[in-house]
Amino acid sequence: MSIDAIIGPAPAPPLARQPEEPLLKVEGVHTYYGKSHILDGVSLEVGRGEVVGLLGRNGVGKSTTLKAIAGLVHPSQGEVLFEGSSIVHLPPHRVARVGIAYVPEERRIFPLLTVLENLRTGLDRGGITKARKTELLDKVYAYFPVLAERRNQAGGTLSGGEQQMLAIARAMMLEPKIILLDEPTEGLMPRMVSQILEIIGVLRGEGVAVLLVEQNVPLTLEASRRIYFIEKGVVRHHALASELQVNDPVIHQYLGV
Amino acid sequence: MEIPLDQILIQTINGIVTGMILALVASGLTLIFGIMDVVNFAHGELFMLGAYVGVLTLAATGDFWIALIVATLAIALLGALIYLTTLRPLIGRDPLTTILATFGVSLVLQNFALWQFGPVARKIQEPITGHFQLFYLDYPYYRLAIAGLAAAIIGGLWLFLKFGTYGIWIRATTQDRVMAQAMGIPVPWVLTAVFAIGSGMAAASGVLFGPLVGVNSQMGTSWVLRAFIVVVVGGMGSLSGSIAAAIFISLLEAYASLWVSPAQAVIVSFIVLILTLLFRPTGLFVPTAR
Amino acid sequence: MNERRLLVYWVGFTVILALLIVAPLALPEFWQRFLTEILIWGLLAMSSDILIGYTGMVSFGHSAFFGLGMYGAAAALVTTRPPSLWLALAYGLILAAAVAAFVAYFSTRLRDIYFAITTLIFSQIFYVIIFTSTAWTGGENGINFRRPAFAIPGLFSIRFTPAVMHWFVLGVVTLSYLLLRRITQSPFGMVLQSIRENEARTRAIGYPVERYKIVAVMLSGLFAGLAGVLYAIQNQFAAPDFVFFLVSGEVVIYNVIGGIGTLIGPMVGAAFFLMLREVFSRFFTEYYLIPLGMIFIAMVIFMPRGLLGFARRWLNR
Repeated sequence: MSIDAIIGPAPAPPLARQPEEPLLKVEGVHTYYGKSHILDGVSLEVGRGEVVGLLGRNGVGKSTTLKAIAGLVHPSQGEVLFEGSSIVHLPPHRVARVGIAYVPEERRIFPLLTVLENLRTGLDRGGITKARKTELLDKVYAYFPVLAERRNQAGGTLSGGEQQMLAIARAMMLEPKIILLDEPTEGLMPRMVSQILEIIGVLRGEGVAVLLVEQNVPLTLEASRRIYFIEKGVVRHHALASELQVNDPVIHQYLGV
Repeated sequence: MEIPLDQILIQTINGIVTGMILALVASGLTLIFGIMDVVNFAHGELFMLGAYVGVLTLAATGDFWIALIVATLAIALLGALIYLTTLRPLIGRDPLTTILATFGVSLVLQNFALWQFGPVARKIQEPITGHFQLFYLDYPYYRLAIAGLAAAIIGGLWLFLKFGTYGIWIRATTQDRVMAQAMGIPVPWVLTAVFAIGSGMAAASGVLFGPLVGVNSQMGTSWVLRAFIVVVVGGMGSLSGSIAAAIFISLLEAYASLWVSPAQAVIVSFIVLILTLLFRPTGLFVPTAR
Repeated sequence: MNERRLLVYWVGFTVILALLIVAPLALPEFWQRFLTEILIWGLLAMSSDILIGYTGMVSFGHSAFFGLGMYGAAAALVTTRPPSLWLALAYGLILAAAVAAFVAYFSTRLRDIYFAITTLIFSQIFYVIIFTSTAWTGGENGINFRRPAFAIPGLFSIRFTPAVMHWFVLGVVTLSYLLLRRITQSPFGMVLQSIRENEARTRAIGYPVERYKIVAVMLSGLFAGLAGVLYAIQNQFAAPDFVFFLVSGEVVIYNVIGGIGTLIGPMVGAAFFLMLREVFSRFFTEYYLIPLGMIFIAMVIFMPRGLLGFARRWLNR
C-alpha cells in the first residue's frame, strides 16, 4: 500500500528549484565528538510539508544530523535555518518550541509517565487553549486507538510498536512544522512497517514535513519525495525517490554491505 | 530486661516525629539528586539557615507561621542563587566537582551563620504549646503538629509532582533530561526550580524542628549525614523510598535509645546503611514506580 | 620523558628538600612548627591522592585512617613505659591498615558518589565510636601523652626537639613521597590510572578491578595512618575531632586546590590552604573559612585542575 493511495498524489516540485524558501535548510554543518569529526559539512533542505529521506550505512552521521538540527548536538561550524531564521545556536527546548519535533532512534518515551502524561509533555505549553488541547488529544486518540486504550498505563509497559506510536504522537502534540524521525522501524516487527508508512502518511496529510532517517530502503522510497544519501559525514547524492528502484546501483553504493 | 509497653509506644511516636522531619529533609535531597545527580552537601546548612531566618522573622513579627513561610521562600531563593552561581557552571563536568562545590558552599554558609549569629544557640518558641497525657509523660502537642505538618508538606509535594504541568516537567526531566528538552520543556529552569524547592523544604524542616532544639550554626551537620543515609537506604532518587527509610531509621534509633545513649543510637543508622549496601545496594525501599 | 626534564625535576626536588632541611635553623619556632604541620597534612593529602587522583575514587574516609593512626600511636605511647617511637608507629599503622581493610571491604564495590558517601559515613562511625567510648579513648577530651624519644634501643637516643622532630617528619614524608612515586609509576600504578580513565575497559581486559581498588584503599589508608602517627607525636595529643568527616573534606580540598594525580600537588595544596588560613585568620579571626571557602568554590569552577594540574603529565614521568 503506497502513501499516495492513502491520501492521494501530492504535487511534485522540481528537484532543483523550490519556488519558496525551504522550511529547513542545513548548510555545511560540522560536528565533533571529542576528537572525532562526525559531520564533515552536511547540507540539505526540506520543503514545507515535504517528506525527505536520509539514507546511509550505520555510523555515517544520520542520527547526528538530526541531533544537530534539534539542538542536541552543537555544530562547530555551519548553519541551520528554519523558516529563514538561524536556529543553530538555540537550546533544544527552544528549537522544539519554534516547531521542530524530534523522535529519537530508541524512541525514548518517558517510562514512568503514563501515556497521557507523555503526551502532555508536548501538550502543556504556553499559548495553547484548553479547547485546542482537547482537540489535539482527540485527534491523536483517533489516529492511534491503542494509545487511547492505554492512556493511563506507564509508558515503559508498552510494546515496542506502541512506544513508537507514542513517540510520534507525543511529537505531534507540539504541533510541529517538521518532525525529525530517526529510524522509526528499527527493532519493530515487519508488519509494523506498513503502520509506520501509514503514520507518515497521516503526518503528510496534516501538512507536517518529515525528515526521515532510515535503513529500511523500501519504506523510505515509498514514503519520501526526495532522498539524500550520506556517507562519512557528508551528503554525497541527492535524488527524487520516484527515480530510484530498490535495487538501484546508487542504493547499493551507499547502503550495500 | 523488661521494657514496659508504654515506653515503646512513646518511642514509637518520637520515632515517627523525628522520622517525618528527616523525611522532609531527605525528600529535598532526593529530589535534587534524582533530577540532576547532585549530592547537595550544603543541604544541612540550608536547613540551619532556614531555622535562623525563622528566628529573625519570628522576632520581627511574632508569628510562627509567617516565619515558616518567609524562611521557606527566602531559602528557596538562596537555593536558586546557589544553583545558578555554583552548580550551573559545572553541568557536564565530572560529578565529583558538584560534591566539592556543595561542600565548599556548606563551609561558607556554616561560617557565615557563625559570624552573623554567634555561637550561642537561639530559641524558637513553639506555636502550639500545651501537653497531653501520654502515659506518664506530658507529651507536647507541638511534636504531633510537626509530624502532621511535615506529612502535609510532603503530601503537597507528591500531589504537585503527580498532577500539575510542572510536576510532569520535573518528572520527565528526571527520567530523560535530553528528551525533556526535545519536548520543549525549559530544562535549565526546571533544574533551578527543583534546587529551589529542595532548599525550601530543608528550610521548612529547620523552622519546624527549631523549637525542639536550639538553633545554632552546627545543627545542619548531623542532619545532612542522617539525610544522606536515608537517601541511600531508600534508593537514591526515590521519593517514596526516602520517606519510608526516614521513618524506618528514626524508629529504630528511637527504640535503640531505650538501651543506649542517644549519641550512640545513631550507630543504628550506620548499621542499617552498611547492611543495605551489603545486601540491597539499590535501596531497601525501592518501589516499582516512583 | 626527555633527560632534561628529568634533570630539572630532580634539581628542583633537591633544592626544595635542602630548603626544608635548613628551615628549622632559620625560622622562628612558630613557623617552624607550622612548616612541620604542613608536611604532615601534605602527607595525608598525598595519601588521599592515591585514591582521588590515581584511581579516580573520591574518598571522604581519610579522617578515619588519619585519626586511627593517631589513636594507635596514642595507645602505644600511653600504655608502654618508656614510650617507644617504633611501637607507636607499629600500632598506628596496623590500626590504620585494619580500618582501611574494613572500609575497603564494604565500599570498593560501590561507584563514585556512593563510595564517597559511604567513606564519609565510615568516618562518622569511627568518630561516634571514639567519641562515646570515653573509657578507652578519653571521649571528647582525647588523650594526652608524652613524646617518645627518637631512639633505637641500645644504639642511640635523641630527644625530639622541634628541630629534630621537623627533620624526622621531613625524612618520613620524603621517603613516603619517593615510595609513592615509585608505586604510582609501577605497573600497579598504571593499572590504577587505567581504572580511573576507564574502569569498564580495564575490567574487560581482565584485571581484577576490585582487588586493585582494595589495595589502593589500603595503601592510601596506610600512609594516612602514618600521617596520623606523626601528628600524634608532634602534638602529643589525640582527639576525636580529627576523625570527624570535615577533616576528610579539608583533605579533599587540599587535593583539588593543589592538583590531583600529581602527588606533589596535594602537598602544595595543603601548604597553600594552611598559609591562606593563617593569613586570613589574622584579618577575619574565626570566620576565615568564608573567604577561603569561596576561593575554593571558585577554584573548583574555574581551575579544576588545581595549581599544579597543568604539570600533571610532567610530574608523573
